[in-house]
Parts: sequence; structure tokens; C-alpha cells
Amino acid sequence: MSAFDVHRYRSEFPNLKINVHGKPLVYLDNAATTLKPRCVIDAVNAYYVTGVSNVHRGVHFLSEQATAAFEFSRQVVRQFLHARRVEEIIFTKGATESLNLIAQSYGRHFLKKGDEIIISHMEHHSNIVPWQMLCQQTGSVLKVIPINDKGEIIFEEYLKLLSDRTKLVSLVWVSNSLGTVNPVKALIDEAHKRGAVVVIDAAQAVTHLPINVQELDCDFLVFSGHKVLGPTGVGVLFGKEKYLEAMPPYQGGGDMIKSVTFAGTTYNDLPYKFEAGTPPIAEVIGLRSALEFLQSVSWENVKEHKKELLEYGTKILLAIDGVRIIGTAKEKTSIISFVVDGIHPHDLGTLVDQEGVAIRTGHHCTQPVMQYFGIPATARASLALYNTKEELDILAQAVKKAQAVFQH
Amino acid sequence: MRDELYQQTILEHNRSPRNFKKLEGATHLAEGYNPLCGDHLQVYMKITPNGVIEEAAFEGSGCAISKASASMMTMALKGKTIDEANLLFDEFHKLVIGQLKPDLQPNHLEKLTVFSGIWQYPARVKCASLSWHTMHGALEKTKIISTE
Repeated sequence: MSAFDVHRYRSEFPNLKINVHGKPLVYLDNAATTLKPRCVIDAVNAYYVTGVSNVHRGVHFLSEQATAAFEFSRQVVRQFLHARRVEEIIFTKGATESLNLIAQSYGRHFLKKGDEIIISHMEHHSNIVPWQMLCQQTGSVLKVIPINDKGEIIFEEYLKLLSDRTKLVSLVWVSNSLGTVNPVKALIDEAHKRGAVVVIDAAQAVTHLPINVQELDCDFLVFSGHKVLGPTGVGVLFGKEKYLEAMPPYQGGGDMIKSVTFAGTTYNDLPYKFEAGTPPIAEVIGLRSALEFLQSVSWENVKEHKKELLEYGTKILLAIDGVRIIGTAKEKTSIISFVVDGIHPHDLGTLVDQEGVAIRTGHHCTQPVMQYFGIPATARASLALYNTKEELDILAQAVKKAQAVFQH
Repeated sequence: MRDELYQQTILEHNRSPRNFKKLEGATHLAEGYNPLCGDHLQVYMKITPNGVIEEAAFEGSGCAISKASASMMTMALKGKTIDEANLLFDEFHKLVIGQLKPDLQPNHLEKLTVFSGIWQYPARVKCASLSWHTMHGALEKTKIISTE
């Protein structure tokens, strides 16, 4: 871990300095939301202290300044995703809204009865329910790629599901409850052979892997700002221009129009066509700082650091009697879902919280994954670049302490 | 400092829940589900024609808090009238949200006061109250039936 000075980065995250129940916070719930570096907090703050204005409207100083900052964020996102054009970057309120936008705008316009949509068994509810709603509206049919005991997509089964009826494939890149990294490039290529449009849910991938939408050749890709060190309330939809152009607006309102009369309305150009109403301006500005922060750290070093954390965390948790890891994919990122014999994850969550350790417990909005593994819930430690092996030791100790409580 | 949540009574009921079975011949039953955590249980009651709970039982899966709460509830309900059960539901509900202080206010909770500290764990209140809401639902259904 020589190339990566974790303590230098830790000092950038003020939230790490708090105590919880009298103990230093050990924050291992990064798949739910990440902590925010000071630069993000400062950027949001600066907008509210000296830069407040709406965007794309006024001709006054503050409005021009806010508009420039807002649009510069779009440039930074474009560059972060390696998208071809800035018009392909739409700001939403989160990955969930981005997926709903695709389902309701692209899906309702282009899918019809009997068309098939493919998702996987490991999707987050936000990549299941919008498609179920679309199927109800259009008569399209939802198909689900099964997973194996390690929590990996069964590729051969995917190939069997693909057909000329397949019109849309929407897949998670990194599973939030299992940590599995899916072979998205190969999955996308197979879908394209059948002429299907591919949506990639990058909500978790975005902090773990560099993203190049042109190399991936995905048609849409979504993520949320708050899972990538940024503010809540802002998300991104990347879409290939040809699809976005062909799609009807998702919501109507201000900013998404060129002209409005009672006889009819002309819609605005991309990306504004999909950004009705005042956008989350402070959040978009904060997102830029988050992405710049991430880009200032070498992906390779972060990857190595997280790999070490994943291996270490897996090792010390498995060393505890009665601990089982859920999700053991060959390609896996630093998300460790586990169960402890005789202790319900919720009890475990409360007991480790007493030690200052924040983990997520529950079904992680992936109930079908829980059903597959025959468990109601798991405990999940999800690790970010600022986490340390020492924190994993504290987690392991806290788990042992919880076991002691339950063995009394 | 918060009160200790996992008291011995709770841990003990979690380990060996009482009346943890399907109740044959139940006159009232309902299913409770907490979508937040996936806790899932059935509550059964055998109620006499004059409205006395002869027996109560439960089945299902959940955390220690929900299991212990259900177990202790079935014990507390035995022999109570429907009105008494409804009163107890009310008191327990107030207890777990911190609106009833058992040391200061008269109540019928007895051993159930072991849950008096749970309001300090807001995310866990639903775990303790799931079985009670389910029981209440089972009783409510009767009312609808009896008014017909």
C-alpha cells in the first residue's frame, strides 16, 4: 500500500472525525452512500454563500456565473465518462430517476407488446420495478438472467434468453449486495448482436472502476452523485445522442422548451429537453468537485488499496466461527456481504453500531438476491478508498462481541 | 448513553421463543411483514365466543427483537379479553415510541417493560411492534366480521 497514503485522503473527509456512541466512527456503508470530501462541501457551500442563482435564465452576474459553473460540471461528467458529446449528459436526481426516465421515455415510445426486456437476478429494485411498470404499460415481457451460487451471472443462460424479440437489456455493472463485477463489455456486445439497446446501471461501479462509455459502447449508463463522493439529489443519465434525440421528453416544464403557446410547444435541444424545472444546481456543482477529487487519485492505486481491503476483510471475517460470505464472485469489488449463524443481521447491525461501526443490514433493495440465497437479509461492509485494515479489525472485533452477547 | 437493548430476557426469548408454532383451530390470525428488513410472521389466536383469548401463538422469521417481542406478547395475551388486549396494544405502542414511562405512569405491561429502552433505537421500534400490529390486525378483522 506504499503508493497509496490512505491517511492523507482520510484527512479530506471531515465526517470521519466524529465519534459514535463514544467511539471513533468506522464508516463501512459506502455502497449506501459515501462520505464527502471537503472540496465537495466547500463547493456546495460556496454556491449557497456567494453564488446563489438560478441557471439558464437571468442575464445578471450571478445567473451567468451559476450557469457557467453548472455547464462546466456537465463537461467534467462528460470527460469522466469519456462520452463523445456534452449533449449526451443529462442531470437527474439520481440513478433511480435516470432508469425511470429511460423506461418511460425510451421504453414507452419504442417497446410494444411481446417485446422482451432482459435484466439479471442481481439487480437493485431500481433496475427491476421501472421495467415491470413498463411491461404493464406496453405488454412487453421481462426476462431474468439467473445467477449461480457465487453470485455471478450465468452467461450461457443470458445467451439463451437473447433473441430477436429482445429489445432492451438493462444490467448492473457492480452488484450492491454481492460485490460482483459483471463482464459488461461482453454482455453489451452480445445484446448488440441481436440489435437490443443496452442500459448499464453504474451506481456502484462509478467509484470502483474507470468508465469509458465509448469503449463499452453501452447505449445508456446511469449513476448517482452521492455514491461517488458527491452530494445527494443529483444523478446522471448518459445516453447516445441518436437515442436521446429520438426520445420524447420525460417531464414537461420550464427549461425543456424552446417556445410555448397554447397551440403547442417546441421542445428544447439536448440535454435540456430532459431537464424540466430548476435542476439541483448546488448538487451538480458539488458533483464536479467529487469527480475531480476522484480523478486526482490514481485509479490503479485505489484499485490496489481496495483489493487489499477486500482480501483482508474477507479473511478476518471468515476466521470468525459461524460467519458466511454471500457473494464470492471471481471478479468482485470491495463489498462484503455476510451472515453470522444465530444472529439476525439487524441485531448484528445494532450491536456493531455500539462500537461505532456503520454497516448496512437488510436486503439492500435486492430482495430477489436474498430469495436466491434463502436468507432474509445480510450484513454488508462496503469499503471506500478512505477505509483501512484497522477499521476492518474493529468490525471483526465488534462481530465477535455481538456473538458473545448472543451466547450468554 | 442509551439503555442496553439486548437484555437477558430478550436474548432468552430469542433463543427459546414461547408459543412458537402454528395454532390449530385458531379463530383469529393475521400475517405481519416488515418490508424494511424482511421480518415476516403469523400471529394466531384462539378466542372464546365471549371474547377471551384462550391461546396465542406465532410463527415466522425475524431478528431477536421481533422474535422476543412476539414470544412475550403471546404469553401476555393468554387469558386477556379482547378489550384488555387492545388496551395492552395501546400501552405497548406508547412504550416503544417513548410516550409511556412505565416507572411513572400506571400500566398493565408487567414484563413487557423490558422493551422500554427501544425508543432510543428508532430503527428498531418496528421490530418490537410488528407482532403487536399483526395481533391488532387480527382482532380488527373480527370487528369487521362481527359488525356484519
